[in-house]
Formats: sequence, C-alpha cells, structure tokens
Amino acid sequence: MAMNTPAPARTRPAPRRGGGWLAVLRTPVGAAAGLLLGAVLVLAVIAPPLWHDQAATINTGDLLKGASSAHWAGTDNLGRDLFLRVLVATRLSVGLALLAMLVAVVAGLLLGTAAVVVGRRAARLIAAVVDIAVAFPGLLLALFFAVIFGVGTTGAVLAIGCATAPGFARLTQTLVAGVVARDYVAAARIAGVGRIRLLTRHVLPNIAEPLVVNATIGAGSALLSFAALSFLGLGVQGASYDWGRLLGEGLDGIYVHPAAALAPGVAVIVAGLAFNLFGEAVAKRIGLTGTGQPPSRGRAARPGAAPTARTSAEASTDVVLDVRDLTVTVTGPDGPVRPVRGVGFRLLRGEAVGIVGESGSGKSMTVLAVAGLLDERLQVDADRLTFLGTDLLSGSPRDHARLLGSSFAMVFQDPMTSFNPALRVGSQLAEVSRRHGGLNRRDAAARAVDRLRAVRIPAAERRAYQYPHEFSGGMRQRAMIGMGMMGSPALIVADEPTTALDVTVQRQVLRLIDSVRRSAAVATLLISHDVTVVGQVCDRVLVMYAGRIVEELPASELATKARHPYTRALVAAVPDMRSDPHRPLPVIPGRLPDPSELPVGCAFAPRCSLADDRCHRHEPPLETDADGRRVACWQADAEPRRGSDFDSRADVTPPSAHKTDARTHSAADAPAAPTGERP
Amino acid sequence: MTTLSQAPSRTLTRLTGNTWIRFAARRAGRLVLSLWALVTAAFLMIHLIPGDPVRAALGPTAAASLVAARRADLGLDDPLPVQYVHYLRDVLSGDLGTSMTFNLPTSQVIGDRLPATLQLALTAFAVAVVIAVPTGVLMGVLTRGGRARRIELGFTGTSVALGTIPDFLLGVLLVYVFGVSLGWLPVAGHTGPASYVLPVLSLAIGPAAVLARLLRVQMVTVIEADYMRTARAKRLPAAVLYLRHALPNALTATITVGGLLLSAMIAGTVLVENVFAWQGLGDTIVHSILAKDYPLVQGIVLVYGVGVLLVNVMVDVAVALLDPHSTTIREY
Repeated sequence: MAMNTPAPARTRPAPRRGGGWLAVLRTPVGAAAGLLLGAVLVLAVIAPPLWHDQAATINTGDLLKGASSAHWAGTDNLGRDLFLRVLVATRLSVGLALLAMLVAVVAGLLLGTAAVVVGRRAARLIAAVVDIAVAFPGLLLALFFAVIFGVGTTGAVLAIGCATAPGFARLTQTLVAGVVARDYVAAARIAGVGRIRLLTRHVLPNIAEPLVVNATIGAGSALLSFAALSFLGLGVQGASYDWGRLLGEGLDGIYVHPAAALAPGVAVIVAGLAFNLFGEAVAKRIGLTGTGQPPSRGRAARPGAAPTARTSAEASTDVVLDVRDLTVTVTGPDGPVRPVRGVGFRLLRGEAVGIVGESGSGKSMTVLAVAGLLDERLQVDADRLTFLGTDLLSGSPRDHARLLGSSFAMVFQDPMTSFNPALRVGSQLAEVSRRHGGLNRRDAAARAVDRLRAVRIPAAERRAYQYPHEFSGGMRQRAMIGMGMMGSPALIVADEPTTALDVTVQRQVLRLIDSVRRSAAVATLLISHDVTVVGQVCDRVLVMYAGRIVEELPASELATKARHPYTRALVAAVPDMRSDPHRPLPVIPGRLPDPSELPVGCAFAPRCSLADDRCHRHEPPLETDADGRRVACWQADAEPRRGSDFDSRADVTPPSAHKTDARTHSAADAPAAPTGERP
Repeated sequence: MTTLSQAPSRTLTRLTGNTWIRFAARRAGRLVLSLWALVTAAFLMIHLIPGDPVRAALGPTAAASLVAARRADLGLDDPLPVQYVHYLRDVLSGDLGTSMTFNLPTSQVIGDRLPATLQLALTAFAVAVVIAVPTGVLMGVLTRGGRARRIELGFTGTSVALGTIPDFLLGVLLVYVFGVSLGWLPVAGHTGPASYVLPVLSLAIGPAAVLARLLRVQMVTVIEADYMRTARAKRLPAAVLYLRHALPNALTATITVGGLLLSAMIAGTVLVENVFAWQGLGDTIVHSILAKDYPLVQGIVLVYGVGVLLVNVMVDVAVALLDPHSTTIREY
C-alpha cells in the first residue's frame, strides 16, 4: 500500500493557468500543505550544518535513555540524541526521495514520449512493456530492481526510480496522446516539423504542468518507499542514516524505548503527507482532478401536512389523480424559489392528458412532485393531492408505496439510462410484482415475460434474461412501459418518452402507450415540449409557463381555438405542409424567466406582443369558462393581431432552448407559416 | 411471424456466447503474455546484476575454484539463450533451483513460507472489504446529494489520513499502542489467533480507508443516476434500493481499485512481516536479498508476480460479472 508508487493517472491536461501554484496557497488545505512542505525543505537544508556534529556525538553516559527534556526523543545505543538525528536525517531522506523521483521522471518521460519519436512498432512494444510493469505493485518492482542494482543508497535510488517509472510513463503516454490528437500538433506534423522538435516545442510544454504536479505527489510516495527500503535494511547503509533506518533500529527496542521508533515514523508520515497534500491541492486547483461536487441546495422542511379540503362530491371513483394548488419550493441561498406555483388539474380514468411547455416551465417537476419522487429537501405543498381517492399528503408512506408501486407507472425520458445496467431486464420488471404484488420469484418472472410480450418485445422469454445494453432504445422504452404494467396501472406518466428515440421508433412507443390506455382504461399523462405529438395523442392539453398552468383546452382545439398567446406561439412554431417556404420559421422572442427572477405581473408579458400595462402589473388568474377550458391571460379574448403576433425574425435564435427538439430544428430550413394566418 | 422473431434471436444468442468466449480468450492470452514477461524478467534479473553474482554471493574471500564450481552448478557458463531455455523448462516443471543459504530446493523453502503469507494477505483483504463496503455504502447514503456536509468532511479527512499512512508505519504505531502501552496483543511471531490481529490490521486499515472513500463517491454518483429514479418510482424499500440497485453499479468502479489494493497488499506483506517477525515469504525475500541467495530471490519474485497476475485476472472477471457490458469493450 505504502509502496504503491505509480502516480495516479490524471488524464485531463491542465488548462494553462500560471497562477495555480501560488493561488493554491490561498486555500486552507493548500496553505497548510505548502507551509508543511516549506518547513520540511528548509529543515532539509539547514538541519545537517546546524546539528550534524551534535547528532553524531557519542555519549556513553546516556545510553538508550527515554525521552526527557534534554533529549526529546531519547538517545540510541551510543547515547546519541535521537531527536537531532531525526532532524539531520531530513536531508538524506528528502534528498534521496527527490533523486529517485528524478530518475523516475526521466525514465518515465523517455518511455512515455517514445511514441512521438520512435516508430509505431517500437512504440507499441514500449507501451506493452509499460502496461505489464504497471500491473505490479511498486514495492515488488523496487525489490526486483534492488536485487539488480544492489543493496545500498545508490541501488535504492535507482530501484525506486525504476519502480516508479512505469506509472509515470503511463501517465505521460496518456497526456501525450491527448496533446498529439489536437489540431495544432497535426498541423505542425503536416508542416514537416521534425519529431524531436515536435516533442520539445509542442508536446512537452503542454503536458509539463500535470507532470510536475504528479511528480510532486510521487515524491511523497518515493519518500515512503525509501523509508521502507531502508527499514528493511536494503537502503541506506554504513554510517549514514535516514528515517527508514532510524525506524528499523528503533523498532528493535520498541519495548524499552518507543520514542526511538515513533519519532522517525512521525517524520516520514509528516514529510510524505506534505508532498502528497501539496501536490493534490495544486492538482485540484488547476483542475486536474474533477471532484464534481453537486451545487449546494439549502434544506427545506419536509412537506408539511397541507390542508386537505376534501369535498365528498368530488371524490368520485372516476378521478384517478386530483391535484390542487401544488407548489414546489426550493430554499436556496437567496431565499425560497418556487419552480412550480399553484398547479391544479384532474385526470379521469382512461383519459389522455398532455402537458406542454418549454424546458424549465415546471412540467417535469410537477409530475415528480405528484409522484413523490422529488428530492425530499424540496418542499411540496398542495391543497389536495389524491391518487385513486387516497390522500398522498397524509397517511403512511408504506401504504402509499404499495399503491403507487402497483398503480402509478412512470416512463422516463432516456431509456438508455433509465434501466439499471447491472440487473437483467426481466428481474427489474419482476421485482415490482415481488414487492407489491406478493408474487414469488417464479410467478413474478413469468409475469415479467408476459408483460414484455404485451409490449411486443419479440422472444420475450429470452429477452427477459438479457441486460439492458442488449436492448435497443425503442425496445427499452417498451420494456419500461411493460414495467409500469406489472401491477394494475391506473395512471402512466410519461415524461418526454420519445425525445431520446429515433423518429420512426417514437411513433411506435406513443402508439403503445395509447393502446395500453385504451385496453385497460389507464389514464396517461404525457409530458412533451412537442405540441404536435400532444395534439395527436391526447384528449386534453395543459400548457405550462414559468411554473403555472396558463391554459387548459381540448387537444382538438389546440390549433384553432387556443386563447393564450403563448399556446398560439407554441403552435405557430411548428411548421406544417401549408407553411410558406419563403418565410422564416416564427420563433418566440426572449426567453423563459428564471424561477428566481419572475417578473411582476404575467410571467409571459415580456415576450408577448399583446401585453399592456395591466399584464405587466398584475398576474392574470386561471379562469375557467363554461366548457371547462381554462386560461390565465388578460388578453385571452382579444383578437390576435394578424401576422404580427410573434416576430418572425430569422436573426433571432430560437430562444426556448428546447431539450432535444429535433423536429423543429431540423425543419428550420423548411417552410414556415406566419402566425395567425391559419384557416 | 415466428420466423421473423426467431431469426434474429438465434444470431443474438450466438453473439452473446461469443462475447464471453472472446473475453475469456483475450484475458487468457494476456495472462500468458504477462507470465512469460514475468519469467523472463526473473531470468534476466540475475544476469543484469553487475559483476559475477556467484562471486558476490560467496564473498571476495571465496576460492576461485569454488566460485567456478558453483557457476558450473548453476549453469552460468552456458550461452545465455541456452540458459534461458533451461530456465523456462525448469520453471515449467516446478524446479526453481536450489537455495544457497538453505541448501534446499527453492520450491521447498517457498512451500514452507507461502501459507503464512497467504493467510496474512487474504485475511487482511477480507477484513478490509468487510470494513470498507458497509462503511462506504452507509456514508454514500448519508451524504447523497450533498447531505450531511460535516459528516462527509470528517469521513473524507479521516479516510485520507488513514489511507496515506504506510502499512509498516501503521504497524509500528499499532505495536506501540496495543503491544507496548496497553500490552493487549502479541507484537511478534505467528502463534494463535491473537497474533494475527495487529499484522492484519496494519495491512487492512489503509486499503479499507481508500476503498470506503472511493465507494462513498461512487455511491453518491450512482444514487443520482436515472435508473435509481426508476427504482424509486417502483417504490422499493431503501435496503433494496441501495443494496440491490446502487451497490453493484458502485462496486464496478471500486473493484478495479480493490484489485490494485490487493496486489499492493501482497507486496505490503513484505514490510509487515518484517515489522512483526512473521515467518513468511516477505521475511524470507529480504533475508535472501541481503544474503545474495539469488535462486531463492528469483523464486520468491516469481511467486509474488504470479500472485499479482492472478489477482488482476480475478478483478477482470469480477468486473465482467458485475458489469456485463464491459466484456464487449475491447481493452487497449
């Protein structure tokens, strides 16, 4: 462990930031490590001239004394002061470690850059040798080379250097490969720059920084390795002494005189740590290691028991999902932010409802909050949240788990990442029935096969034994739907289920969801940024903007009777066969407001051509009309101004960064219709 | 309809079968290559020693006739290729030469010492895993998504500190605390279960800390994965969620490092055996290096090397079992 000298491979070349080494001293760890390293180095320089003679003074009156005020670490068998000997040994210990590291760096560089200089065959041979050598622990290599180079100081330096070299060579190879692949090196090659010049001028300067950092870390390991070899009696010999040797001698008398072993041991650890920590701190500073820390999110209280005004008349058995005034609150550093603000809707048995809106409008968060799958540090409040008549805001989580696990199915966006790669597909399906349906292993497996067959997976029995990576994307998404059908689903929530799929497969998956809905009267909630898809497969559409529902209307009226300017803009942004090929595709100018910086008044007003003073001052309420359609707009009944509803400027980039809106974008050079001119 | 769905399935079966066979063949090929490199290196070791190894072993005062006789015994007067062929033949038939200091067949000396070392290394590895896996999983779950910052900081700090203390220094420290100060445990020799405690701990604590730290990071990453959201959507209990769905995926990355740690542990026995006067291979190799007993050194280096190579094979197989996808990816 201690001797595992090869430096950790850090592949990402450092961005050239000269301040890294100095700036690291400003971080607490960096400053401490730098200070420690400085102290060790200063000690290495000044200790021998100051105390060498004292440390060598034999005092026959003070043999093998314990620690005292005169001798902090006691004396050895010749009465020499051990504390001073440990201090004096700093130079040899650190110096030899650095020397060994130098050997390793030179040898590693020669081996690692060989690919640039020598021919392809020789380079491959070297790479193969390095590969085999790297597989062996450093200490084993060090012992091997110690036999060749002989016992003693020189032998140990060479042995540790050679033992560390393969790891360093590997690192260099990786870094060189990264640089050589870059364009300017290729350009230099084509321009006929010689191999050596290519190496010194283009390659080495670009890999120097990570190499130096790793050499610093490596020096710490070399120090430990050297201590180990000396401790074993294979390192420093004769009258000279380093920490390892002092340690070895001290261990023999540890019962009589523990300080003699502990003092050099502590010295080794401190010095090794100084090199290691400093190197790591610099590496972190200049971005060699990616310690991807997630951004800190503040704690929010557990969702409190929100008031549940239960009106018995509405607890109809046909209502699958009833959500009222749902709010999600994130407590950030700048106070609470609400990405979902007062959303309410109902889903009836067998009904297909779509939620549309730009990315970031709160669609996914709404359904995750309903499903109880949000991080529990986000606060979810609602006036009412019932699923199949069960209040999800109160009651035991265990009962909810059973109900939701068997009746509430979810289909996520990316089928490639939504299956567990380590488990067989069949068993991922079966565990739903084992957990919630009370089936035994055999019956659950049989049901999984049956469900896979139901979602038209060919050769379902064999497929069930396969791993997700053996499935195609479309097949995985179908299996995911099958997973939702393991219990007795009453609701399938599909969050952008087709965005990650090929266009041809998209249709299959949507049809499958639709056929499941029809055959078993399952309600479906389809989330999409694609108005066309939602218009085709849904009965009703909810349009969300900036965390609110801004319009609800029958899907059939989407193209013709939408009243909210935002809905109309979404519809207009989709080209169709009647679009005028000579006009640029209309886009919605501006961008979705950040939930933390919502404007006063209507959130859409800054992007709306119809907005007037009232829109900018007061947020419009969501009003229900006689037919049950809802809209939140002061201008809902105003006639859209012909042709000028939305800017059709081609120079405006599509503002609403759609997740993967392949359709609209690939159609960007295709015909586009001016808004408001539809029949 | 049937033919349509059957035809691609048969092809796929053949392909899946082939993936594993190809993986096994590739891995076996690499093992043979590495073994050959190892044996060659062991052979060359003696010939790379500057000067005459026999003279070095027998000392400057030994009679020239004795040196010559010993050289002839060892076959050192033959041309190098002939010696190489003889060496390969001997190694393959289990003959590792004769130890100069013990005057016994090297294989017999190794056979006597190997069990002690194996017991030490394997026990230490088992202890390291038993400490690391529950700790890493628990810490991962506790600190998921940036929770419990203080616990994370404390844990990371402690594990980094424990991980950087080299095993032999940890051994010295343990000897001092539990052997000298408290007098609870024996500090030397190989007598009964109590004598295992300190050597095993000195070998295991560092790797356990490294493994646990790595596993925590992996768990935290895995818990954020899409498929964990799927698993949560299935409303599975926490134990199933973390142990069945998260752990295997977190282990895949950890196991490679675990293998490196195990091979490092094999080498680490050399030092720890010397600290605790444990009569194993590590103790023997140091003495034989100092005594210039080259056939014995050669033999022990081979044994250690084979051990490391076997560990590497086991790691690759374990990774393949945990992450079936990895078998289809070609290594370098």
